[in-house]
Amino acid sequence: MRASGLAKAFGGTRALIDGELSLYAGTVTALIGENGAGKSTLVKILTGIYRPDAGQINLDGRPIQIHSLLEAQQLGISVIHQESVVFEDLSVAENIFITARPKRYGLIDWPGLRRRAAQLLAQLETPLDPDALLRSLSLSQRHIVQIARALSHDSRVIIMDEPTAALSHHETEDLLAIVRRLRDAGHAILFISHKFDEIMAIADRYAVFRDGAAVGCGAMADTNLDSLVSLMVGRAMAQIYPKLPASPGAEILQVQGLSRAPEFQDVNLTLKRGEILGVYGLVGAGRSELMQVLFGLHRADHGQILLDGKPVHFANPEEAIRAGIVYVPEDRQHQGAVLSQSIRDNIALPNLRQLSSCGITRNSRVTAAAGEWSARLQVKCRDTGQRVDELSGGNQQKVVLAKWLLSKPRILILDEPTKGIDIGSKAAVHQLTGELVQQGLSVIMVSSELPEILGVADRVLVMRRGLARGLFERSTASAPAILRAALDS
Amino acid sequence: MTAPGAISKVCTALKAYWTGGTWLRWEVFLGAVLVADLVLNAVVSPYFLDPLTLSDATFNFTEKALIALPMALLIIGREIDVSVAGILALSSVVMGLGAEHGLGTPALVGLGLTTGAACGAANGALVALLRVPSIVATIGTMSLFRGVAAGVLGDRVLKNYPASFHWFGQGYVIGVISFELVLFTVCVGLFSIYLHLTLFGRRLYALGSNPEAARFAGVRLTRYRFWLFVATGLASGLAAVLLTSRLGSTRPSIAQGWELEVISMVILGGVSVAGGRGTIPGVALAAVLLGFVTYGLGLANIPGIVMQIIVGALLIVVVGLPIVGKRLQARAHR
Amino acid sequence: MPTALRRARREFGLATLTLALFAVVALRFPDFASGRSLLSLVDDTALLVLLALGETLVILTRAIDLSMAANVAFSGMIVALLNRAHPDLSLWVLVPLSASIGALLGTFNGLLVWLLEVPSIVVTLGTMAIYRGAVYLASGGTWVTSGQMSASFQGLVRHLLLGVTTLSWLALLGALLAWWLLRFTNAGRGFYVAGNNPAAAVYAGVDVGRAQARAFALAGAIAGLCGYLWVARFAVAYTDVANGFELQVIAACVIGGISIGGGVGTVAGVVLGCLFLGVLKNALPLLGVSPFWQTALSGLVITVAVIINARDATPGRRRILEPRTLAQAGTPGARPSP
Repeated sequence: MRASGLAKAFGGTRALIDGELSLYAGTVTALIGENGAGKSTLVKILTGIYRPDAGQINLDGRPIQIHSLLEAQQLGISVIHQESVVFEDLSVAENIFITARPKRYGLIDWPGLRRRAAQLLAQLETPLDPDALLRSLSLSQRHIVQIARALSHDSRVIIMDEPTAALSHHETEDLLAIVRRLRDAGHAILFISHKFDEIMAIADRYAVFRDGAAVGCGAMADTNLDSLVSLMVGRAMAQIYPKLPASPGAEILQVQGLSRAPEFQDVNLTLKRGEILGVYGLVGAGRSELMQVLFGLHRADHGQILLDGKPVHFANPEEAIRAGIVYVPEDRQHQGAVLSQSIRDNIALPNLRQLSSCGITRNSRVTAAAGEWSARLQVKCRDTGQRVDELSGGNQQKVVLAKWLLSKPRILILDEPTKGIDIGSKAAVHQLTGELVQQGLSVIMVSSELPEILGVADRVLVMRRGLARGLFERSTASAPAILRAALDS
Repeated sequence: MTAPGAISKVCTALKAYWTGGTWLRWEVFLGAVLVADLVLNAVVSPYFLDPLTLSDATFNFTEKALIALPMALLIIGREIDVSVAGILALSSVVMGLGAEHGLGTPALVGLGLTTGAACGAANGALVALLRVPSIVATIGTMSLFRGVAAGVLGDRVLKNYPASFHWFGQGYVIGVISFELVLFTVCVGLFSIYLHLTLFGRRLYALGSNPEAARFAGVRLTRYRFWLFVATGLASGLAAVLLTSRLGSTRPSIAQGWELEVISMVILGGVSVAGGRGTIPGVALAAVLLGFVTYGLGLANIPGIVMQIIVGALLIVVVGLPIVGKRLQARAHR
Repeated sequence: MPTALRRARREFGLATLTLALFAVVALRFPDFASGRSLLSLVDDTALLVLLALGETLVILTRAIDLSMAANVAFSGMIVALLNRAHPDLSLWVLVPLSASIGALLGTFNGLLVWLLEVPSIVVTLGTMAIYRGAVYLASGGTWVTSGQMSASFQGLVRHLLLGVTTLSWLALLGALLAWWLLRFTNAGRGFYVAGNNPAAAVYAGVDVGRAQARAFALAGAIAGLCGYLWVARFAVAYTDVANGFELQVIAACVIGGISIGGGVGTVAGVVLGCLFLGVLKNALPLLGVSPFWQTALSGLVITVAVIINARDATPGRRRILEPRTLAQAGTPGARPSP
């Protein structure tokens, strides 16, 4: 398949200016680019959700027009999304054949459906019960169901949009094995990912996009990491993980024997004033669950938490916030910010007490506080009255940070703070955290990106399957050591 | 500044205000419809503009509107309570029984309010604590409360209320301004302050827009939901006091169909069923509007059930029109 | 097929509960279990079954229809009026007419929800009032009594085939048709898809609005048909026919396991829910419960049913620790290795 000269604009925003892409049968092509580079727009054009303003697409040398998802499917183009496009209360088999249920005598042929589903799953070497409901499946299993769906359409082009975003190491390996199998069977795979180690491992070709246009493509064998990054970023690899000098002080937080079955058990950790404690682990290790107990969202079954040496029990987040512990959740859109409200309202929400007198909220104080923090974090917006869902991912994250920093916390818990954010904003977030830590803030940073942990953390706690598996000082923390602790069984 | 300059400035300001989407837009629209309806009523019935008639008209909506105020908060918070009429009926029955046992007016009022609050607490427990979706929970409790009221009452009518009890629903404060109207106005003021000025109101808006994010920001969801249901129950109890004292009796069919009228007032008032949007002035205006519309129709001798057609159609048109308008606007921009 | 059995656990529970209730009453009143009594029970419940099936289609798509009872009243009144004015008008005309009127009313609901994107609760709140008022307008407030209805008009529903009334057969037929629609047609599966994940439905080729409109049209047609059946069975047509019945219908659906959030539910569940309510309703007078308390009791039943539903739906804690670790420590929530 060959797409050339694709362009698409929305109102005044030109999302895609010169999209060019070639896909070959039996090849995995990696699509690389920062957020906002035009990747998702390109994919939406290829799958028929958007109609391009200009350019053309050729399949097997003949020009084609894709007007709808169904048409794209019929042409043999399928896409597997990050957020599962699945139907929780329907069976695996039905989900696989959701657009084309086999029929006999005009009625849906359920035995046939089940049989074909089992065949496809066997092809992918995944033992799933075709009758199981989707809601009982893990995220990686749901991805596999989507892949089976793509296969059921005899797709020749399979587009995978960040398929490993929330998968554990083991699950990622399994998925990549499936991708290789699909490639060897002759499918053309477009693999979109931010994780360079995966890209180097799986891709045969690469295509890099920047600012809405294709800036380079070729065989993976002919390139290396540095040139890919510089193509993507347009400049030499900047310092993404700045480490500012800091001197951690006394211990302010101690967690002893904390357990919450069946999520995590017997976790001990300590946090010093003015340090960044990294918490590394594969997705599903129980880190977020642990943090949510520290923040008062859930209750632990055993163990205790000591703040300044005194035991604390938080029955709800409000108590944790009052004690100076705040939490920036992983899911920015549903848990981090109220997207339909303004920047101002979001920043004010946890701080309403200090912005009010006698229960009456002072608009002047709200606007002043929001304006101050919005400027300090350099949130790119029209004004603080703008709705948060109109901002980019990086700026949304800045709003979330602003609302917590306004409350002058002592401990800031960050859960995957730079997930899905472009490199520029990533660096800004780390620069900011570094400065705050220098001023005495303590940070717990949960991350599954090893370079991030290695670059920024003073100490690293490693978790695996709900257990604390190792604590490393900055001097002794190395990629192999940490990985070993995170993967060891 | 020259006169034409000033006029053009005012015009631009008005245009910006109208298209700017500030929350007063809907309220202004409702106000305009209200004025139109008052004019229409006056044209149809010459007696309409008489102060006594106007005061009489207010009885049509004050009791329902009192329930509509906390109901608006509830719907903004993404919940709903269809059991309010059942709570009203039960409170009325409890008061009637109390009257039969010779209790005095203060005790009766206390009984009515307590029953209402208790029923509200039951709803709150179901929704906030047991996490039952509010629509089905209150459909269940609606039958339960109304059923208990009907069961206890049987086929009798309770009438033995003390004379002083009747003042609440039938009494006047100054001239033609009834106690009910004064109470309604005071409540509109209080609720407006709560929702639009206090931090609790802001938290409620966040809760309705995105409960998860509100929880992560420290808003105590369970607490808000529970107390909102208690408030709605209490308001229903208060409305029971007013209605029972106005009617002077308790029948099994008291306040039949009121839940839908109350919800219509709230939705007409600009509150979105999806939560997170709406204002108290809007709901108050909608209550007054519906009250005068139905009163005017009554003066024109239109039977109640036909009035329902107009109210029903009004509800659909009022909610549908902005959506159609937005669609046409979008099409024009392409 | 263990998965299928596991999923039918709820229906089994409900069936057992219904049978238990039935048995309790039958032990004290053996007549309750007699053939005649059973047939009467089924006949009593038939209308609820039909309407609940229609409501189920709508709720599956994550919408709600509060106007079904008003629809029944209006369609029934129209055909009753026609029958009074033209007694010789054949039932072959009247019955399809009743269903068509109902379908029209239902389609009106559906179009408002689909094309104008007005939330279904608002639409059906409004149309409930409109249709109910229209009954008054059509009848002028008068009643159509049994004396004014032709014999054939009233007779059809009572006619016995193999000892069972036509009405009961219709309910059975309706249940079978609904089961066939939801299980074997793409349109039926489309209801589940639309209700389960409306945002993703487009990727499955399902237009949520259109599916909802279809559901409303079908529900309306069923309500229209029930309009005739209702006025014929009770041999009377007046403005307040089926007043408040929509709540019993929704209760039957909820008890039967239809999730109010859409995408979940089975025909078997709904039918069982109706039967449960039917047994309860017929048992109450026998158990000496005064009719005045019946509403309260059914309200209690609904409340309990929704609490049970809610418990089922609550997500539990995420399973992260390996079973080996849990068993070693003996912590609460530990489960033996699978």
